[in-house]
Amino acid sequence: MRAGAIAKNGGALLIALVLIFPVYWMFASSLKPQSEILTKDPVFLFTPTFDNYTKATGVDLFWTYVTNSLIVTIGAVLISLVVALAAAFAIARMKFRGRKGLVLGIMMAQMAPWEVMVIVVYMIARDGDYLNSLGTLTAIYFVMVLPFTIWTLRGFIAAVPVELEEAALIDGCNRGQAFMKVIFPLLAPGLMSTSLFGFITAWNEFAMVLILNKEKESQTLPLWLTQFQTAFGSDWGATMAASTLFALPVLLVFAFLQRRAVGGLTAGAVKG
Amino acid sequence: MTVHSQGAVSTAPEDAPGRAAGESTTPPPPTGSQEIHTPPRGRRSRLGGLVPYLLIAPAVISMAVLLLYPLVKNVILSFQQVNRKELITRVPEWVGFDNYTELLKDPDFWTVVLRSLVFTVANVLLIMVIGSLIGVLLNRLGTKMRLVLSLALMLAWAMPIVASVTVFRWLFDEQFGVANWVLRSLGFSGYEQHNWFETGFSTLVIVTLLIVWGSIPFVALNMYAGLTTIGSELYEAAKMDGANGWRTFWSVVFPNLKPFFMITTFLEIIWVFKAFAQVYAMNMGGPDHASETLPVYAYITGQGLFRYGLAAAISVLTIVMLIAIMSFYFRLILKQEEEQ
Repeated sequence: MRAGAIAKNGGALLIALVLIFPVYWMFASSLKPQSEILTKDPVFLFTPTFDNYTKATGVDLFWTYVTNSLIVTIGAVLISLVVALAAAFAIARMKFRGRKGLVLGIMMAQMAPWEVMVIVVYMIARDGDYLNSLGTLTAIYFVMVLPFTIWTLRGFIAAVPVELEEAALIDGCNRGQAFMKVIFPLLAPGLMSTSLFGFITAWNEFAMVLILNKEKESQTLPLWLTQFQTAFGSDWGATMAASTLFALPVLLVFAFLQRRAVGGLTAGAVKG
Repeated sequence: MTVHSQGAVSTAPEDAPGRAAGESTTPPPPTGSQEIHTPPRGRRSRLGGLVPYLLIAPAVISMAVLLLYPLVKNVILSFQQVNRKELITRVPEWVGFDNYTELLKDPDFWTVVLRSLVFTVANVLLIMVIGSLIGVLLNRLGTKMRLVLSLALMLAWAMPIVASVTVFRWLFDEQFGVANWVLRSLGFSGYEQHNWFETGFSTLVIVTLLIVWGSIPFVALNMYAGLTTIGSELYEAAKMDGANGWRTFWSVVFPNLKPFFMITTFLEIIWVFKAFAQVYAMNMGGPDHASETLPVYAYITGQGLFRYGLAAAISVLTIVMLIAIMSFYFRLILKQEEEQ
């Protein structure tokens, strides 16, 4: 029994260490002085320095990348929440012709092969003069996260007992008021987890911005990350500092939402 | 989650008939039941009319314009020749099935297809097996250790893909990467300046490590969540009947979590099959095209070789393969909805 417990906990610790190592190594490398990054044997004890951060954030247009990423990500998430809330409510609470087809369509859209369609999206954007535009990116990211958002919110709305809503209707609320007063407040966890998912998807998106936005002024942080690797070699210190900064918002939100976020995400995703 | 007790009926009879039957009639735990949406009929029909259509209109229109249109356009483009010249003149030339026949005759295309399939199978297998095992472990740990492990899983999960690609490239750097140092320290020779990106195969091995690392948290945490919905009576019953761990897994856990395994597996298949950033940003499909998977192959054919029509044909074929995979998934979900 004892030996079993030790093996179990030891195994868990080992797995945890392996899982964390890349994150730790990114962070540790980002704080190393240049001379201790380019060593054959890694240095574990060093005096931390912020040089790499200064270099990473000192590149031309850094704040433009930050602003662009924020605009595109927050824009896509907010629009998808509004659009999805309406659709999810209709699907969860109303009967109408074509409902089944819509549900099937949303399920299929959830698997949309965006990564495979970059070329054609590029051509459409070029023909319509939508290249190098934050609006185009926002629109695409919005549709990328929309099906998942509808799907998850539908589950959360369905989980609110119909009786609650009916009570509000009897008390003289109309359908809209009943929704705002009864269902909406109960959706907080659903809204949080779907926004988190949307945030990660849009924040991370690489293929579309790579192909659609060749002008630096319109690029986002994922492309900034790759900037420190050139044909002449890589500035690993700056790359790791940039990666840390890029990952930070997501890591923080995850830490903040923790269990609730995971529960919500898995509820939505595994529901399929 | 839809992983509650519905599977119990088919499962445990061999092990504990009485208990299993009792279990399946108990209502599902409150946390798991999100499927209560059959409101009274009368009100629905009165409220019917235009309202639901107005509510779904924004979603439907935006998906039609931004998703369906590109899909259709992609199919049209795959029957055209659009190279550098046509791109400038904007007058495409219709070529019928030429792009497709060119691809199907090209051994390179088949190499990429095979590579994509093997890559997907290997990744998904590793993700599912390791993820599930970690999920089982989570379920058996004490509170403290469980917190430590879930935090580690969460950190790996939350790492943005592009950031993790750069981190893995750094870990496996030829000269200064920590991987070579670890292997050297463990006494393996030949890792003095081992270039992990020298062949397509080893590049894809690194991509696999990255994808598996980033994907197991999803499976593990879901598995754990699913396991907590299985009543402890079932385990006890199995134990009383003298089932060992392996037997308990196949007779109790697996049947109960079948929907979880099915859906997660298909989601992972689709995610891995479509993975672009991980493969492209790792080594741009190189060296010498040897780590190209289908999405990267399509991208490079289009953007790199300026053969947009051909690239569209590649993506149509990729989508056809995806649909073949997805059809299983949809059948499964539809079946599941009917059972409920």
